[in-house]
Amino acid sequence: MLTAVIFVPLAGAVAVLALRGLEGRRLRAVATAISAVPLVLLVVAWARFDLGRGGFQLVESARWIPSIGVGYKVGLDGLSLPLAALTALLFPVSIAYPVDDKGRLREYLAWFLFLEAVSLGVFLALDLFLFYVFFDLSLVGMYFLIGQWGHGEARRSALKFFIYTLTGTLLILLGIFGLYLAMSPRTFDMAEIIRQQPLAGNALRGGLVFLAFAIGFGIKTPVVPFHTWLPAAHVDAPGPASTILAGVLLKMGTYAFVRIVLSMVPEAFDRYAIWVGIVAVVSIVYGAFVSLGQTNLKRRIAYTSVNHMGYVILGIAAAAAVGRGSPSARQLALTGATVEMVAHGLITGALFLLAGSVWNRGEEYDLEAYGGLTSRAPAMAGTTILFAFASLGLPGLAGFVAEFQVFVGTFDVFPWLAGIGLLGILITAALFLQMLQKLFFGELPERWLTWPDLSRVELVGLVPLAALVVVIGVAPAWLLDVIDSASKGILAATRAALGR
Amino acid sequence: MKQMSLPLGEVLPELVLVVGTVLTLMWALFAPRRRQAATALVALAVLGAAAVATAVLLVDPPGSTFFGTYAADPTALWAKLIIIVGTAAAVGLSVEWFASDPRHGDLYVLVLFTALGSALMAGATDLMELTIGILLSSAASFALAAFHRRSPASGEAGIKYFLVGGLANAGLLYGSALLFGLAGTTVYAGFRAGLAGADAAALAAAFALVAVGLAFKLGAVPVHQWVPDVAHGSPAPMAALITAIPKVGSLIAIARLAAAIGDSPVGWRPIVAVLSAATMTIGNLAALWQDDVRRLLGWSAVSMTGYGLMGVVAVGRSDIAVPSILYFLLAYVVGNLAAFGVVVELRGRSDIASYSGLARSRPLLFAVLVVAFLSFVGIPPLGGFVAKLELFLATIDAGYAWLAVLAVANTVVSLFYYLRVLGPGYFEAPAPTPLPVLGRWSAVATVTCAAALIAMGLVAQPLLRAFQDGGLLPR
Repeated sequence: MLTAVIFVPLAGAVAVLALRGLEGRRLRAVATAISAVPLVLLVVAWARFDLGRGGFQLVESARWIPSIGVGYKVGLDGLSLPLAALTALLFPVSIAYPVDDKGRLREYLAWFLFLEAVSLGVFLALDLFLFYVFFDLSLVGMYFLIGQWGHGEARRSALKFFIYTLTGTLLILLGIFGLYLAMSPRTFDMAEIIRQQPLAGNALRGGLVFLAFAIGFGIKTPVVPFHTWLPAAHVDAPGPASTILAGVLLKMGTYAFVRIVLSMVPEAFDRYAIWVGIVAVVSIVYGAFVSLGQTNLKRRIAYTSVNHMGYVILGIAAAAAVGRGSPSARQLALTGATVEMVAHGLITGALFLLAGSVWNRGEEYDLEAYGGLTSRAPAMAGTTILFAFASLGLPGLAGFVAEFQVFVGTFDVFPWLAGIGLLGILITAALFLQMLQKLFFGELPERWLTWPDLSRVELVGLVPLAALVVVIGVAPAWLLDVIDSASKGILAATRAALGR
Repeated sequence: MKQMSLPLGEVLPELVLVVGTVLTLMWALFAPRRRQAATALVALAVLGAAAVATAVLLVDPPGSTFFGTYAADPTALWAKLIIIVGTAAAVGLSVEWFASDPRHGDLYVLVLFTALGSALMAGATDLMELTIGILLSSAASFALAAFHRRSPASGEAGIKYFLVGGLANAGLLYGSALLFGLAGTTVYAGFRAGLAGADAAALAAAFALVAVGLAFKLGAVPVHQWVPDVAHGSPAPMAALITAIPKVGSLIAIARLAAAIGDSPVGWRPIVAVLSAATMTIGNLAALWQDDVRRLLGWSAVSMTGYGLMGVVAVGRSDIAVPSILYFLLAYVVGNLAAFGVVVELRGRSDIASYSGLARSRPLLFAVLVVAFLSFVGIPPLGGFVAKLELFLATIDAGYAWLAVLAVANTVVSLFYYLRVLGPGYFEAPAPTPLPVLGRWSAVATVTCAAALIAMGLVAQPLLRAFQDGGLLPR
């Protein structure tokens, strides 16, 4: 079934290119329908998911290149299931969302479906080789999407994105080699590497592999100082591609921090957890401050991603510091970090869609050019306000649940870092309130007198995201139970690997 | 001890190529002008027969033959198959390109000799045998580089190729003489015993000189200058051939020679590692701002050689060194033919600007270009990715992690110049009238190569398994 989750959109990409008879809205409808198939399958998977069972579930595997220990293996656990489901939700919404297709709708849809397949592949792969294949292919898809359908200096930004993140993935590849060459017998099987802990007791090699992973996934996440590709890519990408970039592609970095770094080189992560934590706090504070200084709507949202990814990494770093704090606090931090991944995907994904709507109407991102839009577009104002509040961590919405857990968990492990990190929440509140004020309140400039409100198609995409943000904020147990089942297992394995 | 009769059956592929080349020459000499094009079919038939002969030998590889001067081990046989497949694709690219050339038929004779020389290099386990292979391949490809007699660029490419080659081949002969003097034999099998106690500096110098001769065929530093000129000036199908086919034989040859000498006090390993590092870096940096796709491909061929030499560095220290070299060669040859195939199919257009908007005017050709370039970069799941994966693994395994890190840095750099072609090719609006294309033969060869690159990444297992226990005679 998980194989179908990956390959249905891939086949869909080919089909969209081949179906020459379909055009325009019908073609988009077909693509949206195909992209929704993985969501249906993953909902079924969620229903069949067994909370009591540790390890990976619904595993499917086949021989691939046995002579170098490569297998096709997919499966999921409480960590990958929510992220895969998030991916499967964001893609149909983004594909259906209106955008200027520059006369190349067919290719636009095909790239999106391709990107959906490889993104789902990243979260479901249980073999490092397979993981790397999907991870790398996600760059190719995003490169073409930004370069062709972006605006401003789209090609430059696309190039910067590709080169930056390829540097990251190649460092990751070196790290994977470090693990692989220490395995006996040599294999890329994730579960087997986690079981064997090939670098246990090897401080130098473990440290080097950790460094390669930390920088590689740090670029993807991104954390300061490796974040400089992000604002450029976000600003110039079309709205729906920004949604995928923020909602899905960034999660690949943080997901890998847990799935690979924390699980496969726990010793080194434990040793350097405090440094990772410091980098995370710098990202939180720096991201928030720089965001506050932006007058470009998209740039502002983009920098809040740096800030939010800081929360995630802080939680993961706290979870990795085995020597400090209580096990339950560290588990709380890890669960919180994972919830933050999901929450950020929903919230920031939606904010970028809204930014795309603003661009479609005004072709202008400068906040100073706007004001008083509430009177013209109450629905747009309402949804934006909801997601902005969720992003700044208002209780009762998804962001709060995540950040609360991250900080409560981290306080027990790195109290000082958590204290400084809280500053970030304060600034985030300020920057979102200011953004809302500039967009929606005050006087309506004359040029926007005919500003249309959100269309039905836009609302159909945004409402499910909003509903989930509220549901997770009010009654998160269904999500927390699933994530907890994974954090518990991952941290127990980490403790066992470190012999504590 | 073998009987003193000649074991001709063990060099059947080479014999088929020799006899077949003579037959091809006969056809070209005596067939009327309008039937000259059919020489291509004769050449393809010869290559087919040689492939069958190689495949037959692969069932039960004879190993060392001709009194220790020649190896018919699995590695040599696989290299031969790669050479044959690559040459056949180059023949496919040539049919329409040379259709109006009155010497069309002669071309294939030279092509077959180039292939034969490369095959001899891959099997040589004797310095004199190696020299014959290098000279045969060189002599034939000098003429191929300058085949367009009236084109100044082609003539310049030929002359430059010839001059650099003369210098390098002199180095080769001098180095061989030195090695012979040190070891007392030209047969590789005697090197271990003969070189025991040899002066380390003299040995390093001898190896370096022979390596220069091989580096010439490889297109590696310090005798790489001809590559961009040949890529740019030669007839495009022959540029594809010359930058790819001799590389197969010479890379195996340098690995074989290194393995035969073994680790000595000064050691060939650092020499090859430095050559590899310099080659990949210089090739990449020079490719960065090329505005001509053929020159760009030439420089990228130089940098590719640098990656290939990483596998040689690992020979004897990593189990996957030899398979990684073979896999790299296959992926490189096929990728190179696919990329040059696009140039051929576009009738030799090589100005970067004329590739703008290719995605919409010639979608299939653009797709081939994407596949070939991304395979060069090493994006999965293409053949080039598996090749780089193996090479990097072997290098790290052999204790040369710094070289792997440098290769990674170079890979990032290389992405930049490939995207200088692919970016405008996809993003720009196409020219009002689509570029004219050459013909069906070259299109089929080009697309087949691209399809093979994808297949090699997805179904790597049979090939990797086959390459795995190749070994390198005489060890």
